[in-house]
Amino acid sequence: MAFDSFEAFVSMGGHGPYVWACYIVFFVMSFVLIQQSRARRRVVMQDLAHRQNGADTAKTDKAGADFARVDPAKH
Amino acid sequence: MWQIFHKLGSPKWFYDIASRLMPWLLWIGAGLFVAGVIWGLAFAPPERLQGNSYRIIFIHVPSAFLAQSVYIMMAVAAVVTLVWRMKLADVFVKSVAPIGALLTFLALFTGAVWGKPTWGTWWVWDARLTSMLILFLLYAGAIALGKSISDEKSAARAVAVLVLVGVVNIPIIQYSVEWWNTLHQPSTFTLTERPKMASEMWVPLLMAILGLYLLFGWLACLRMQTEVLIRESRTRWVKERVEQGGNR
Repeated sequence: MAFDSFEAFVSMGGHGPYVWACYIVFFVMSFVLIQQSRARRRVVMQDLAHRQNGADTAKTDKAGADFARVDPAKH
Repeated sequence: MWQIFHKLGSPKWFYDIASRLMPWLLWIGAGLFVAGVIWGLAFAPPERLQGNSYRIIFIHVPSAFLAQSVYIMMAVAAVVTLVWRMKLADVFVKSVAPIGALLTFLALFTGAVWGKPTWGTWWVWDARLTSMLILFLLYAGAIALGKSISDEKSAARAVAVLVLVGVVNIPIIQYSVEWWNTLHQPSTFTLTERPKMASEMWVPLLMAILGLYLLFGWLACLRMQTEVLIRESRTRWVKERVEQGGNR
């Protein structure tokens, strides 16, 4: 341990605010990007499952319509 | 050879390999990164001149390192997109650009906060800092350009060209600390020499870099899988994966 006490660890010899600001911003922003990526994955999966289950009846369902690449050859 | 190349380009093959790799990337990466950061924050000795403010290095250097190497990977993928029209290469570019932008922002932010107690200023318009800011703008430009073109193939090609043009910035970042007078200190690591810092400092730093690399790989796989699911949503194999509940 490079510090004598927890207080010394937090204050970092007066540099605490700089060091901790960096670490907090780093972890918060990384966490946000990771959660956003996971949420999007979940939404896409649910959307695909939803479309698959009601594939014939829900053709007009617009949710996720932007995502689907329409291949005329298959229609 | 061509068979491997063909396989690599197959979204289905990628999806299944990524599913198997991702737990390893996540847990080994997180373990290395967290261990490196805790070691650096609490156990590494203070720096002789900078005191404890140097502990920012354990996230600053990994972010900056990854920000540049992600861009180089994007440039390679851009060549593959333009020459071989491989779909997966474009999926990669599209999926990792936001990660690269975040890493560049974090390198700039942590650098600015580190600069205040060390140089007495948040920002100077010198070569290293300015070329990193340009890297951030290149990432932002690639994301914006990709979003502004609705046709998938045109978007892929336009973004690939932009990424390739921007690659000249990478050697400028790399050599800026040698070519110009700058406040920024020279590279911590070089391939040819032993690090000039104590091993209690560079070992945790190396762990943090490796860990962040693996974590980047994990997040890239996750985002690429999502993009592949969207693009291949009409195929039978995607329907099978959806029925299995996503194979997460």
